[in-house]
Amino acid sequence: MCSLCGILGADDHWSSPVARNGVYSRNGEPLTRRREAAERRRVVNAVLAARHMKLDDWQGTSYVLSTATGQVKVFDALSHLWPEAEALAHAQFDPLDPALLAKLETRS
Amino acid sequence: MHAPTPVHLLTGFLGSGKTTLLQRLLADPALANTAVLINEFGEIGLDHHLLDRIDDTVVLLKSGCLCCTVRGEVADALLNLHSLRARGEVDWFERVVIETTGLADPYPVLTTIRAHPVLRSHFSIGGTVTTIDAVNGASQLANRLEAVRQVAAADVLVVTKADLATPDAAAFLRLRLAALNPAAELLLAADADAAGILIPAGLRLIPEVPLADHHAAGNVQSFSMTIDGTVDWTAFGVWLTMLLNRHGDRIFRVKGMLNVAGEDRPVAIHGVQRLVHPPVHMSAWPDEKRQSRLVFIFEGLDPEAIRHSFEVFNALSNAPAARASRQPGQPAVLAS
Repeated sequence: MCSLCGILGADDHWSSPVARNGVYSRNGEPLTRRREAAERRRVVNAVLAARHMKLDDWQGTSYVLSTATGQVKVFDALSHLWPEAEALAHAQFDPLDPALLAKLETRS
Repeated sequence: MHAPTPVHLLTGFLGSGKTTLLQRLLADPALANTAVLINEFGEIGLDHHLLDRIDDTVVLLKSGCLCCTVRGEVADALLNLHSLRARGEVDWFERVVIETTGLADPYPVLTTIRAHPVLRSHFSIGGTVTTIDAVNGASQLANRLEAVRQVAAADVLVVTKADLATPDAAAFLRLRLAALNPAAELLLAADADAAGILIPAGLRLIPEVPLADHHAAGNVQSFSMTIDGTVDWTAFGVWLTMLLNRHGDRIFRVKGMLNVAGEDRPVAIHGVQRLVHPPVHMSAWPDEKRQSRLVFIFEGLDPEAIRHSFEVFNALSNAPAARASRQPGQPAVLAS
């Protein structure tokens, strides 16, 4: 909840939506939510590794993005991930970039 | 607690027949329990003997349809409607239809509903219906990006004034529309009724589309791919989020029905530019093939690069089912 305006809020990104009727979500149960969050970190970290960066979570409520040189950014919504990662890396994370795809193919 | 009220958009280029279609729909009993947001009462010529005035901007039609004018922001009009409904000053409405202006890009309206801290809790995004004039539609698509964006955002395309167009012109327009947005349902205005077109986008099946690239309206093109085997939901979410973060201004529409690993039923995804609606768990597959389908409408991107990128990300999967579905030497994505 926002402490200033009192509006209830949650990280409701389309790929990890709040569980509700008719919506496909893996957030319905604590176990599936944590498993999905761990799997998402694994996939995201495979991409971030291309620029020596890493994503962690903080108590299941926030994300902690860090670089190899110790720069850290904390944010609480999944929608902020790639803009924050690009700002921290001073570079783009483009899924169509052949160099990035080549690195990911090597890993998988 | 009530489920969020779906908001449908009725859009279309200037003079494409939005208001004429809306006039007809307003008389349809299927539109009872619906609130309709229009620009001006005068434009649609409401019969004053057939309505009760709620306030300056809201009237109740005898058909049970609530009609409101948008003075300024759509968000304010929706909040006013919600407030009237919550106070019991109007009957409970089950859906909202917004008629946009002819030059409107549907994206900001959809974003408003999705991102507004109050609206997002009470309203959900329904479907987008776009009217296209059979006489002038082809030239508008060739010359006006607004028209292209409206067609790209559509779940239903309604061709108006078909009786005024020559058979050749009507056939040409149909080809252009099918090429630009192959995932949308294409209807003639005479066949369009409220019950048929006001279906939430997530509940519509993605039709099978021809296995070829399509080019239309300058650099705007649609691209569809069929995926055999399962899709890893986590990897897909990361991939599409990255793709829209970097290229969302050039991707007008993404729509798909996915065979997600570990799920019996298909998952539908719909996005307009950078906005992706919450994924919908559909009731059943349309056939036994259970093939995932993804349709993109974009400008200035390489379809082959998108296809390859999807494959690489899907292979990051940890799910055994997704890995097992890929045979050595056989691409997961069959066609583009």
